[in-house]
Amino acid sequence: MNHEAVIGLEIHVQLRTRSKIFCGCPTAYGAEPNRQVCPVCLGLPGALPVLNEEAVRLTVMAGLLLGCQIRRFSKFDRKNYFYPDMPKNYQISQYDLPLCVGGGLEIETPAGPKTVRLRRIHLEEDVAKNLHFEQASGVDFNRAGTPLMEIVTEPDLASADEALAFLQALKRILHYGGISDCNLEEGNVRCDVNVSVRPAGSAALGVKTEIKNLNTFRGVHRALTHEIRRQTELLAGGGRLVQETRRWNDELGVTEPMRTKEEAHDYRYFPEPDLMPVVLDEARIEQWRAALPELPAVRRARFVAEYGLPDYDAEVLTADREVADFFEAAARRCGRPKAVSNWIMTEVLRAMGERGVGIGALRLTPDALAELVKVVDRGAISALRGKEILAELIERGGRPAEVIERRGLAQVSDEAAIEAWAAEAIAAHPGPAEEYRRGKAAALQFLIGQVMKLSRGRANPKLAGEALRQRLGRAG
Amino acid sequence: MVPDHPTSDLAGEVRRVAHLARLALPDEEIPRFARDLERILAHVRQLQELDVEGVEPTAHAMPVTNVFRADEPRPGLTREDALANAPASRAGLFLVPRILE
Repeated sequence: MNHEAVIGLEIHVQLRTRSKIFCGCPTAYGAEPNRQVCPVCLGLPGALPVLNEEAVRLTVMAGLLLGCQIRRFSKFDRKNYFYPDMPKNYQISQYDLPLCVGGGLEIETPAGPKTVRLRRIHLEEDVAKNLHFEQASGVDFNRAGTPLMEIVTEPDLASADEALAFLQALKRILHYGGISDCNLEEGNVRCDVNVSVRPAGSAALGVKTEIKNLNTFRGVHRALTHEIRRQTELLAGGGRLVQETRRWNDELGVTEPMRTKEEAHDYRYFPEPDLMPVVLDEARIEQWRAALPELPAVRRARFVAEYGLPDYDAEVLTADREVADFFEAAARRCGRPKAVSNWIMTEVLRAMGERGVGIGALRLTPDALAELVKVVDRGAISALRGKEILAELIERGGRPAEVIERRGLAQVSDEAAIEAWAAEAIAAHPGPAEEYRRGKAAALQFLIGQVMKLSRGRANPKLAGEALRQRLGRAG
Repeated sequence: MVPDHPTSDLAGEVRRVAHLARLALPDEEIPRFARDLERILAHVRQLQELDVEGVEPTAHAMPVTNVFRADEPRPGLTREDALANAPASRAGLFLVPRILE
């Protein structure tokens, strides 16, 4: 019997705020343990939370980007459980009235585009981080209270590949929208997956398992691939699945059951009395909506229509919002979008790759690139020299005119100088000169090359050709 | 809300709730709390007789909404202060009994 998988995801995304969700402690990653803590995020008795407005705005922006309905009235609730990462014994979350409901995200599959529906997006606080020693565990509260957005999908995904495609598409949008840095190494995005299998075409759902706390997209893909195979083989062999929570063992490449608690989860949610409800009126939502960035797909289409770029260029440039912004600034400045695109797609992207940094970390500015395009267009320098100048602009900054001046790179169009180089080239290479006189046109290219060499690349190649032709008696 | 599981086993219910709240109730105290729980449930059953058709569920009694703070970091406790009451600490971490997952 053929089986098909049914997968739903719960994705936890740390929001890009400067301070925590309910207190002013910084959210910067990488501080020494327990250096970014206060009575609120330590869960000390009597401490009171105050909601960070930016966390609400970012969650709503995510909802708008994902086509969700934004709730006009939402509230916070306490999710009660006992664990050392949460010493007040409840996590502040949202239960029945989350900020966003519905929505969806389109992904590419081999069978064509597919829309994955979202169930909800709610806002909650991240918990502390546990480290394990031989005899004890240690708790670091720097992460506790980082604003965390939980995105829950409908069970619309049918394979590990689709889950991966969804996560990548989601990451692109959230990063583009400035919602989250989406840095997986720093734990900005963590994922729980729910998966079951059923006979292909069947409408009923099979028994599902939940795999907790996957913190790489590759881990999600591997865990799902393994778990789908495990469930399929178990069912095919006549076995029965139990609903359980499993853990991904990355070293062994298998999922394994987690020690089940003796009672089913009973979180006893109730309204958080310390936080007042959030009411979002139309004006506020519209104000946030107006500030939404253009999504990559929309921008790509606009780059083709507005700047006449090939599809390929538009796709490469819009994959990174900063690169796209840089391109637009430079293209508007010089009015030569394709030339700007060519420089960015070759030299600039390569420099970013070599250094492993974003475009913003390079010294090159959009204005300098625009100016370089103009200088090359004018013929003041050759394209080859342009490449050298660009390398220097990337490394050291400044303006093209300064670099050209400093390095003596300006193209020479002075007739007397070119005449002199032409005479020298002919004198040094009588053979090719003679061949050209007898009618071998290709010999001229060789001589032009020699002029370029003598001038250290600065001679205007067009004028050099004319000077040579004149001297060799084949003017015009 | 009255629990949706049967409450005929009140003693069992008391034990379950005590466990969820991590309360160590001695057996001899269970009958007393079972009686209290029965009275509480009776009270809630009485409330449930009210017709609340058309009444919005209310989570807060005060008409206050949108209490926000600006996203501005500010210093909290020093690590020394944060760890001052910890029964044990090491390398700047709160030490707890080893967590088994």
